[in-house]
Amino acid sequence: MSEKILMKGNEAIGEAAILAGCRHYFAYPITPQNEIPAYMAKRLPQVGGTFLQAESELAAVSMVMGASAGGARVMTSSSSPGISLKQEGISYMSGAQLPAVIVNMMRGGPGLGNIAGAQGDYFQATRGGGNGDYHVLVIAPGNVQELADYTVKAFELADKYRIVCMILGDGYLGQMSEPLILPEAVKELPAKDWALTGAKGRDPHIIASLRLADGALVGHVYDLYKNYAEIEKNEVIYDTQNLEDADYMLVAYGTSSRVCKKAIRVLRAEGIKVGLFRPVTLWPFPKKEIAEAAKKVKKILTVEMSMGQMVQDVQINAGKYCDVDFYGEPGGMLPVVEKIVQRVKSYV
Amino acid sequence: MTKEIIFAGFGGQGVILAGKILCIAAMNEDKFVSHIPSYGAEMRGGTANCSVVIADEEIASPVVEHPDICIVLNKPSMDKFEPRMKEGGILIYNTSLIENKPKRTDIKVYGVDCNKIAAENGSERAANMVALGALVKIVPWLSKVDSFAYALDHAISARNKKFNEVNLAIIKAGNSLPIA
Amino acid sequence: MSEEKIYSFPKSIREVTTHYCAGCGHGIVHKLIAQIMDELGIQEKTLMIAPVGCSVLAYNYIKADGLEAAHGRAPAVSTGLKRVQKDKVVICYQGDGDLLAIGTAESVHAANRGEHITVIFINNAIYGMTGGQMAPTTMEGQVTKTTPYGRDPKQVGWPIRACELLNTLEAPYYIERCAVYDVKHINQTKKAIKKAIQNQIDGKGYSFVEILSMCPTNWGVEPQKAADWVRDVMEPYYPIKCFRDGGEKTK
Repeated sequence: MSEKILMKGNEAIGEAAILAGCRHYFAYPITPQNEIPAYMAKRLPQVGGTFLQAESELAAVSMVMGASAGGARVMTSSSSPGISLKQEGISYMSGAQLPAVIVNMMRGGPGLGNIAGAQGDYFQATRGGGNGDYHVLVIAPGNVQELADYTVKAFELADKYRIVCMILGDGYLGQMSEPLILPEAVKELPAKDWALTGAKGRDPHIIASLRLADGALVGHVYDLYKNYAEIEKNEVIYDTQNLEDADYMLVAYGTSSRVCKKAIRVLRAEGIKVGLFRPVTLWPFPKKEIAEAAKKVKKILTVEMSMGQMVQDVQINAGKYCDVDFYGEPGGMLPVVEKIVQRVKSYV
Repeated sequence: MTKEIIFAGFGGQGVILAGKILCIAAMNEDKFVSHIPSYGAEMRGGTANCSVVIADEEIASPVVEHPDICIVLNKPSMDKFEPRMKEGGILIYNTSLIENKPKRTDIKVYGVDCNKIAAENGSERAANMVALGALVKIVPWLSKVDSFAYALDHAISARNKKFNEVNLAIIKAGNSLPIA
Repeated sequence: MSEEKIYSFPKSIREVTTHYCAGCGHGIVHKLIAQIMDELGIQEKTLMIAPVGCSVLAYNYIKADGLEAAHGRAPAVSTGLKRVQKDKVVICYQGDGDLLAIGTAESVHAANRGEHITVIFINNAIYGMTGGQMAPTTMEGQVTKTTPYGRDPKQVGWPIRACELLNTLEAPYYIERCAVYDVKHINQTKKAIKKAIQNQIDGKGYSFVEILSMCPTNWGVEPQKAADWVRDVMEPYYPIKCFRDGGEKTK
């Protein structure tokens, strides 16, 4: 086991990607994730990899697409406005079933917004984001250790399902330093018999999202959704805290969930039984699991750094078992512990 | 126990680094730690600061709304953070650069002549190290002074490691002040 | 009397019915690429990047591994693929909208980095697949669906010369403009493409071949008239010449 080190979230993602076998990284600078390109620019040449600062987000994600088609483990990273630009490539890669890891360190929006951490891109991440019928597998880590561990996991899942996998963090997580034990280096990468390596001794491989022939696109989309159904069945990740005896349940992911944990301590100290349900995969959303948890509590408070996005998934899946309330802070503001505490107290 | 700490000063005073060094020292003593700097446009001019949490249990939130402890190295930082402090908190302020005294009476305040002590001990630029030494004198639970040798070794880039010895000496000087 | 085989169907092209219109230049250029792949023996190591536009289906004709890029992003996709598959031959095939409008940034920057790719640029002064709208290379006064009164440079700017633009950069190794409006020029085009691909095989860097081509359907003329128009209207504005060879600008 490797030594415990203090590492910034953004850098932890970079090192974890390298440990996962990623040797190609293409990106365009944007705050608050600039430590990732800086880290990759320094580290990738040391391990025989390629770092390239692209001319735009559009180019960066297309470079990712090219490298992925060539069979490489490849990553790009950005923050909210940059991720909007990358949606083109994400949709194309989803249509062409090309695996890639995309990191979104969310900031305040809409538009240029601000550079503080935010969670306003939940809809974009979990509903596809670009054009067409598709999903991106979205993982929302809650601390620096998880940023590293789930980055490795994201590469595994991307390759396993030939899907775009997104690490959805926020500016606070990216800027934060915490103790970290680096994950084990991945020793053997999966074979990719579909990659473009030259049609030597085999028929040519064509990687494309275009399906013009009659019925071809219909069949293709059904195939994509068969794959998504497998992911929904096998890859849901979530976490809970203090739910065993809870009367009230907070639901939050990422940085918001940490603020909730603090509120839980305050509330429990006052004898109010409250717990936390933390979705880690936002797509696939832990539908059944949150429904089960909802059956055992009196009320749910969803807490987000947005005007209310994940709360819709909570409502859809848990709303028939108990009331779902919402507290959010937009514009790059953090939820306030005292406000969560007051809101929960108002239920008692 | 959980201690929520703000290090603040102007850019170049090394407050972000001081926070990081404290984190590594405390981490080396198996405490839970987190560090988050102010960043981006907020760093241009005015004050730089970082939030540090040191705890003996899992850290719920790395973001500090109402600090238990503030280390402020210039006046704008004191103006910004003194009003936010928890009742009974500890404010360490740099008397080399801050002429006014803190206003609050419900907190404990410690004036430390950081720049002067740093200069006397070998580096004019190490006011942040004096403050670190003073901090763990006032709140010994945070970290032992000995852990700073390890922390400096892990926090400082190879290029600047040559200053570690003098920095450690300055931390010790800050730790020997007749305060607390 | 002994028989000598002087022509055969290229091995590197699929035996399928073309979707290109009569008199279109794409089919000619596809065939040239396939012939060159045969001659250089690189069919098994060619990676063909198809753009968005009429030639999006290039991979249905060229018998090699193929990848489809988003509109304008072919040079970026080529960059990513070539950086992974370093010993393969990456051919980045693009039209005028792809190369000089929506993908100008990608075109300029791939050239500026000196990516080890071969860009084949079909300039037919119009958007074909979408039904005949103005291209960045549409001629002054040319009528299209979106310039029904003729292209007015005061309103929409002048046609852009790709070779001249890229020739201001330091990195490109080879830049040449050709045409396919008659046999002589088709043969010259073949030589240029072959050189551009050989450069990549030899690790020389970025090669760019612009090909003035015909779109009789969207120009609304007979194929021969279209070929004549390339010669009489396009060529004077887009001079056929080698701009750079061996990394040196030509005089």
